[in-house]
Amino acid sequence: MLDKVIFFFFAGVAILSAGLMVTRRNAIHSAVFLITTLLATAGIFLQLRAEFIFIAQIILYVGGIMVLFIFVIMLVSLDVALRQVQFSRQKWVALFVTLALAVEVGVMLWSSRKVPGQGFLLPNAVPAAKLPPNTEALAGSLFSSYLLPFEIASVLLLVAMVGAVVMAKKRT
Amino acid sequence: MNPALRDVLVFLQSWWVELVSGVVIVAVVPLVAGYLVLMERKLMADMQARLGPMRVGPHGLLQPIADAVKLLIKEDIIPDNADKMVFWMAPVVSMTAALTAMGGIAFGPAFLVARDINVGLLFVIGVSSLGLLGIVLGGWASNSHYSIMGALRSTAQLVSYETAAGLALVSGLLLAGTLRIRDIVHAQEQSGVWFVFLVPVAFFIYVVASIAETNRAPFDLPEAESELVAGYMTEYSGFRWALYFLGEYANMIVVGAVATTLFLGGWLRPFPNVHWMNWLDALPALFTAAVGAYCVFRAGKQPARVQVWFMWGVALACFAVALILGVPVLPLQVVAPLKFMVPGLHGAFWFLLKISAYIYLFMWLRFTLPRYRFDQLMHLGWYILIPLAIVNVLAAGVAMILETEYGWNRWLALVVTTLFTLGVALFLLRLNDKRAAAASSAAPPPEEPSTEDSYAG
Repeated sequence: MLDKVIFFFFAGVAILSAGLMVTRRNAIHSAVFLITTLLATAGIFLQLRAEFIFIAQIILYVGGIMVLFIFVIMLVSLDVALRQVQFSRQKWVALFVTLALAVEVGVMLWSSRKVPGQGFLLPNAVPAAKLPPNTEALAGSLFSSYLLPFEIASVLLLVAMVGAVVMAKKRT
Repeated sequence: MNPALRDVLVFLQSWWVELVSGVVIVAVVPLVAGYLVLMERKLMADMQARLGPMRVGPHGLLQPIADAVKLLIKEDIIPDNADKMVFWMAPVVSMTAALTAMGGIAFGPAFLVARDINVGLLFVIGVSSLGLLGIVLGGWASNSHYSIMGALRSTAQLVSYETAAGLALVSGLLLAGTLRIRDIVHAQEQSGVWFVFLVPVAFFIYVVASIAETNRAPFDLPEAESELVAGYMTEYSGFRWALYFLGEYANMIVVGAVATTLFLGGWLRPFPNVHWMNWLDALPALFTAAVGAYCVFRAGKQPARVQVWFMWGVALACFAVALILGVPVLPLQVVAPLKFMVPGLHGAFWFLLKISAYIYLFMWLRFTLPRYRFDQLMHLGWYILIPLAIVNVLAAGVAMILETEYGWNRWLALVVTTLFTLGVALFLLRLNDKRAAAASSAAPPPEEPSTEDSYAG
């Protein structure tokens, strides 16, 4: 009961602020609502006892990426940007992609309703309190089974970082 | 019984400690912040050979309450061109982040606010860093040049120094092997030494970075009053300004608590495992009793009757705390049932004492050092602290491998690696000096420092 209340609270906040984020004209307001969405999603992670993912979401997305977003938005002159013609004119394409995605998710949920341990509503879910500690489990799988993808992702990020530095230095 | 009602009751039964502690935090932290301001003013006065606030209450002890009342009844001004919603929200975000972060801190083994989540320390750091959003949004929403300049500086500064602080914490966490607050302190109890002696460089980096993160002098560039009026809070007044202030002081307590937990042994007393040092258990009671005795001594010299009474009140409160702290440790048969209170109460005492010492250090530095220039701040962060922190993490890792895999003595391994880190620090400093010398001799210095001038103010 209480679980449901908490879940629907977070889910409602996430969806509502996601909608508001798309519809606001002011970029800073959009950023604020994106932050709310991310925080609400973090709340759902916490409810699933995925503490590490919860805090990683907050530190990386809200504390890092969104701060940089706002930093950039502040440096751009908003009034000029508002008066210019928007280039986001792919309304029909966007609608089509969204519909396709929705159908895909629906089909997936529908087809997996009979598979044991998966599906829309789990009849006998593992109680969250019995799960192993999330941080240790994550570190264990990252550094054992998924070591190569993890390293590739790290190198990719490093390359991106070096590339950004090179591009920034070129102008001076 | 109605199932919904039963759910609520079950919830309250299992979470009442957390709920009550949340209320206590929200109620007590503003008061503590007020008294920290008083302490700061008194310290500043002492270091400048003045008296500081003396009028309101004996020795200005009621000054914070007078200040709070003043702030509450001040006119609340919102600039015409400000973005109302964001302007209203920003200080609240700043303060909420700081107070929420406090929920993850354990003020002693018995005073754990939230459940001991297994990302404890990460939770505190992550949530407290959200306060930056409040600063940035407030600076933007004010629609003023000084404010936005302060906000930009604040973002650049925090993003740079949070990296250094995080890396400094990593080398402490390597030694602890866990993120859970209780286990971190437990690891220090088992190794018999605070981690500050094992990884001193990391502690130093964390102190510097945490000063920058809390926007305090000598790194108070975002609110440098001689350059930016008040930085991001220029347009704020009255209660909203007080919220920012509250968030800043709450943040000081939070970084103090993080440093205490990870580096200074948390709620452990000094020498927790040494038996002949057990007389230290009497220290909390003696300390508070001494403060009370001093209040009694000073009470006779107060000019007004009310102030004499107030002094006596403070003295009685101190004696009461001394009794609570002291009676359970007496070696008597009668008080044996009270022994269970000792770890909790004394833990809280030592924890608060260590946080106070940390904050005292902050204030001392503020009155001693002149403010940095913004490009100097950025250089210190990016050219010295972050490389040093990375080397330090590597060194701590190597030391742990030497200890576990090659059977070295822990102290030997850590001394060698720390010396190596210090060597790297010297190298970085010399490199930086050389670069500065080269830059100044190659060309006459431009009016603005070349790299960061877009937000140098």
